[in-house]
Amino acid sequence: MTFDIAILLTQDGLTNGALYALLALALVLVFAVTRVIFIPQGDFVVLGALTLASLQAGHLPPTLYLLLALGGAVGLIDAVACLRSGRAHAVGRVLLIELGYPLALWALCHWLLPLSQSLWLHALLTLAIVVPLGPSLYRLVFQPLAQSSVLVLLIAAIAVHFALVGLNLLGFGPEGVRTAAFSDAVFEIGSMFIASQNLWIVLVSAVLIVALYLFFERALYGKALLATAFNRTGARLVGISPDLAGRLSFAVAALVGTVAGILMGPITTLYYDSGFLIGLKGFVGAIVGGLASYPLAAGGALLVGLLESGSAFYASAFKEVIVFTLIIPVLLWRSLKSHDRGSEE
Amino acid sequence: MKVETLVVPAATAPARRRWGLPLALLLIAVLPLLLPQFQVTLFNYIGLSSLVCMGLVLLTGIGGLTSFGQAAFVGIAAYLSAWLGTAYGVSPWLTLPLALIVTALTAWSGSLLTLRLSGHYLPLGTLAWGISVYYLFGNLEFLGGHGGLSGIPSLELFGFELREPSSWFWLIWSIVLLSVLAIRHLLDSRPGRAIRALKGGVVMAESCGVDTRHYKTAIFILAALLAALSGWLYAHMQRFVNPTPFGIHAGIEYLFMIVVGGAGYVWGALLGAALITLLKTQLQDWLPLLFGQSGNFEGIVFGVLIIVVLLCARDGLWPALCRWWPWRRAAGITVVPPAEPLPLQPKPARGEPLLDVAAARKEFGGLVAVRDMDFRIAAGEIVGLLGPNGAGKSTMFNLISGVLDATSGEIRFRGERIDQLPSREILARGIGRTFQHVRLIPEMSVLENVAIGAHSRLQVGIGAAMLRLDREAEARLRHEAARQIERVGLAEDMHRPAGSLSLGQQRIVEIARALATDPLLLLLDEPAAGLRHLEKQALAEVLDRLRGEGMSVLIVEHDMDFVMNLVDRLVVMEFGQKLAEGLPLEIQNNPAVLEAYLGGVE
Repeated sequence: MTFDIAILLTQDGLTNGALYALLALALVLVFAVTRVIFIPQGDFVVLGALTLASLQAGHLPPTLYLLLALGGAVGLIDAVACLRSGRAHAVGRVLLIELGYPLALWALCHWLLPLSQSLWLHALLTLAIVVPLGPSLYRLVFQPLAQSSVLVLLIAAIAVHFALVGLNLLGFGPEGVRTAAFSDAVFEIGSMFIASQNLWIVLVSAVLIVALYLFFERALYGKALLATAFNRTGARLVGISPDLAGRLSFAVAALVGTVAGILMGPITTLYYDSGFLIGLKGFVGAIVGGLASYPLAAGGALLVGLLESGSAFYASAFKEVIVFTLIIPVLLWRSLKSHDRGSEE
Repeated sequence: MKVETLVVPAATAPARRRWGLPLALLLIAVLPLLLPQFQVTLFNYIGLSSLVCMGLVLLTGIGGLTSFGQAAFVGIAAYLSAWLGTAYGVSPWLTLPLALIVTALTAWSGSLLTLRLSGHYLPLGTLAWGISVYYLFGNLEFLGGHGGLSGIPSLELFGFELREPSSWFWLIWSIVLLSVLAIRHLLDSRPGRAIRALKGGVVMAESCGVDTRHYKTAIFILAALLAALSGWLYAHMQRFVNPTPFGIHAGIEYLFMIVVGGAGYVWGALLGAALITLLKTQLQDWLPLLFGQSGNFEGIVFGVLIIVVLLCARDGLWPALCRWWPWRRAAGITVVPPAEPLPLQPKPARGEPLLDVAAARKEFGGLVAVRDMDFRIAAGEIVGLLGPNGAGKSTMFNLISGVLDATSGEIRFRGERIDQLPSREILARGIGRTFQHVRLIPEMSVLENVAIGAHSRLQVGIGAAMLRLDREAEARLRHEAARQIERVGLAEDMHRPAGSLSLGQQRIVEIARALATDPLLLLLDEPAAGLRHLEKQALAEVLDRLRGEGMSVLIVEHDMDFVMNLVDRLVVMEFGQKLAEGLPLEIQNNPAVLEAYLGGVE
């Protein structure tokens, strides 16, 4: 391997690793707060990229229908809950929020799409469409199951993943998509070429990680989430609603996934079903951190990125085999570390 | 000792079984002649999936070990047989044992690694393994890459080549039927109860003498073997293999099948396999028409279906279906017939030293939970270990029962050091225990729960249980369990599910289970905690009876009134140390004890 290739592979590995790190952080957060192993995390990446692509092509993204459908379902359930608990006056407000938001967004897209081709506008619309799907999914699927075992929640998460992949195929078709790059500039430093998209990815990932850090350290809602992650019962006793914490953590996960999708779109061709493997790679990182430690998870994800680009070069056919076989010794190490004869789940 | 017949009303009707088997045989014989060919083929696929799902029910639904990797085992057997058949012309009847052996070895070596994974790490590990194996199949040249292998030889049976779907139907469904019988036999046996006990937690199972590691490995291999059988049949029926049906999505689909059908039930595996397979073929026809484009849209329906099942019928459709079945619930009489008693340990003479705790100490980091405790128990004595909450009683209890290892000091049982032994070894030396938080398997009957206690007193292998060669041993185990249930006065409730009993009765069932281990010393961990007044009275009666029989008991309790009339001697702990020791009356008037309990009398 020449020096140039090494640089290239490292660059590639770090770029993907930064994205996996973002996903790993979201997975750790969701698991800590809700105990859900969030397999659909990668599907949000794909939803983000495909939604952006269809906006860039000047279409109304089919994700809007999904948003409307989920909003309608949540509205219906909440409205029934309101009626049952005798709060009939709240029904109108619930329906207005759950149905009004997607409809307003629809109108907005209709109006803005022909007017502007700005990447920033499209990215913002993508976030506005995809991110609310996270909390809606939590409300519909995971909130009613909140008391179940980790395994039941895992099966539910996989079921959601299956449904999302099918819906992606239905909405976006089987073709792979690449979105327009943020900029085509390539920097040359010595003999190294660095694509500006790669810089964007690392930069935005870093900014998002810092933003999340500040959110947890400074903002009240962030602290509430941390408190729930630390001790569910305790958080409940001091007045933090576990439902709210769950929805909030799913919103953060959806946000992170969508941003990762927007960033990844220009460098990787994404298909309706690409999310599974992307999410799982974030997962390998998260598991290095024992689904608990944020820095370890981020480090693990970077490692996955580097390992992936390295094995892509040496044994490209076995890339996935190598990355996913890595998980088993890591899992072993984690569970040996947590093992105690007296401890049980 | 009473060895008369115990006759108790039960909720299950034994008469049901008599026509079940002939009916199943008749169905298998006749169905392929009545149904059109494509439906017979469909049933063949259902049968193949059922085999995998039955293994998964055993592993996941009953044993509590979730695997997403079963499709990989199907694939290993299918590919092995396909490759040997196409490349070297090896007969399928030779590749069958080979495929089974290779799969068993793979599962065994995999289990060395994955079964150490705790909690949710295991399913994630199997997920990763499933993905790896799929990509391996797709990228190995000699396995035909993603294109796969074709031209696999068909099966020949008694000189006939199996070509028609109906002949495959007979073969596949005979194998399915045999597997159902074998697994149902297994579950209703000594090793089967041990497997069902795994869900109650390692600590409970080990404290009853169950080698949990052994049984986890066994069900892992059994599930893999059933998957391999299915894979071998698939390869020779299809005569073509490619990686797709062995990928991670197939592995997840098998899990979906048992979740829908009922993960804890053998019939749930068949129901789930049938429902999902039928649904899938229907959806593959209808959804593309509905959506006006082709593609695998059934994932949407499956995903939503699973979520609805999880939300509305958590245990799957089979138990829900059973509730609708009118003639299953006919009341019958279940008899526990007399049998030869189980071997007993030689009992120590009254007054012989039994337990000797000397300077036992347990530190958790900087915290000293138990600080140099000393006390002794002689045979036939009932000793209470008393103390306010947080005094270190439970830690002391865990040191004796082997759940925790002592940091320093010695604990001896009949002169032999036990402070570094695991709980299964401690049980083997004659110390039985109960749990503060009741650990019974709620859906198993009281009799079965208590029979888990007798686990280590007889040996019955998994193979013998499957072939029903264990009936004599089984009768002895059941009779012993029934005897212990009578001893604690719960004979009326013997056949009820343990979960339907009150907390007080469940505590007593735990005592019966501990008695079934044939203990020389019984450890009771806060038996009165959370009980109502009448329940406490019933418990006290049971303990009084045991005392009359000369059983040696250590009761850990913080309820002073409860133990006062029961015990011969009391040891009081506070802040991890021994505060006082003596007769109940002395302790009752000991100023230091009063201070600790009442915060001082002002």
